[in-house]
Amino acid sequence: MRQPLLALLAKEPAHGYELKLALEQTFGQAYPSPNIGQVYVTLKRLEQDGLVRSQDVEQTTRPNKRVYELTPAGREALSTWVDEPSDGPRIRDEFFVKLILAPMAGLADRMALMNKQRRHYLGLMRRLTELQADTDPADTTARLLIEGAVLHLQADLDWLERCQEELV
Amino acid sequence: MSRHWLGDGARGVWGDGSPRGNTPLLRTAKLAKTYRTDGVAVEAVRGVDIELGIGEFVAVMGPSGSGKSTLLHVLAGLEPSTTGEIWLRGQRVDGLSTAGWAILRRRHIGFVFQFFNLLSNMTVADNVELPALLAGASARQARKRREDLLAELGLADKATAAPARLSGGEQQRVALARALANEPSLLLADEPTGNLDSSNTRDVLRLLRRAHDSGQAILMVTHDARVASLADRVINLFDGMVADDARIVPIPRGVNGVRDVLELRG
Repeated sequence: MRQPLLALLAKEPAHGYELKLALEQTFGQAYPSPNIGQVYVTLKRLEQDGLVRSQDVEQTTRPNKRVYELTPAGREALSTWVDEPSDGPRIRDEFFVKLILAPMAGLADRMALMNKQRRHYLGLMRRLTELQADTDPADTTARLLIEGAVLHLQADLDWLERCQEELV
Repeated sequence: MSRHWLGDGARGVWGDGSPRGNTPLLRTAKLAKTYRTDGVAVEAVRGVDIELGIGEFVAVMGPSGSGKSTLLHVLAGLEPSTTGEIWLRGQRVDGLSTAGWAILRRRHIGFVFQFFNLLSNMTVADNVELPALLAGASARQARKRREDLLAELGLADKATAAPARLSGGEQQRVALARALANEPSLLLADEPTGNLDSSNTRDVLRLLRRAHDSGQAILMVTHDARVASLADRVINLFDGMVADDARIVPIPRGVNGVRDVLELRG
């Protein structure tokens, strides 16, 4: 959450709720909305670290709002983050651990575990294809986000099939 | 050794999706197919019991070599079964002659192959009209149906082309039009999107969905989870047997699973 907030503030100063809205608008309806409390907590920490600074802006009809802007240190932290190569998503290995360990402990049989997991993946895939259908084709960012999730899920299913071939 | 991987509890929670009270469109009992080459027996399908309701859309998944394609070919009568029963529309059909199967296919079964299998020396239009003509439609009826189908599939301008002049996606759409020409109650499709890119896959899926919406039952072998997730039910085949048979239950929005797959880091 830190870097996306810094990146949005690099564009223009904003208050917490505007940042939450900007994230939602940028990544589309499929993107899990950040919790507003989490946004405020993160901004506070960024301020403590000297990466952003804030000031209260008076509003006539509402309570004051706190507007945040990037500091030079924040801008530097942001460009370091942008320049670094990013780790790809790691194998989601919790299921694999279950698959290997549970039968050893006599807790479950592998075929049953794999069937349950496959049903779960396919249910997720159905939800993603529904999201895809509901997404405005012109919204490239949102479309690509969903497509990324779809491709990862397909890889999870392919891996499950490999496990089925080798472990049963 | 157990002939069926499903434990007793497996069907309870998810439901087996079989139509209740009605005669299923398609049903098999202990269906098996053994290939013999040079005295060596290979059991490709080993005791499969499945049901497909009228208008139901079922995907068949499973590792390669699990018997998916063989099952589909046997169900279409393209290869004879070894033992077991196949019932279509309440009639037992596994004992039909080659000619009997051909008639059954013309009337009730459409088949889509992974590699299209269009007749290369005929035009697109003739490929699509042929099944209707074979089934006894008049030339005029066959042409009308062909025109409607090609228009619906966005291929009206390709009618006089040779199949080889078409892209893979277009050929598969033509193959689909051919399979749907006689409005079969059962459409069998073997990896219909296996050789297509994602935009052609979407087109073929849209058409399958339309066929499904118009009441055709679909049994489709696929590796593509996007394709499978559109089905009412997914059968997992393993080692020639049904390992799982379950309705797809979409995970509701906001549940952790969906959040997890869409969450971004940073």
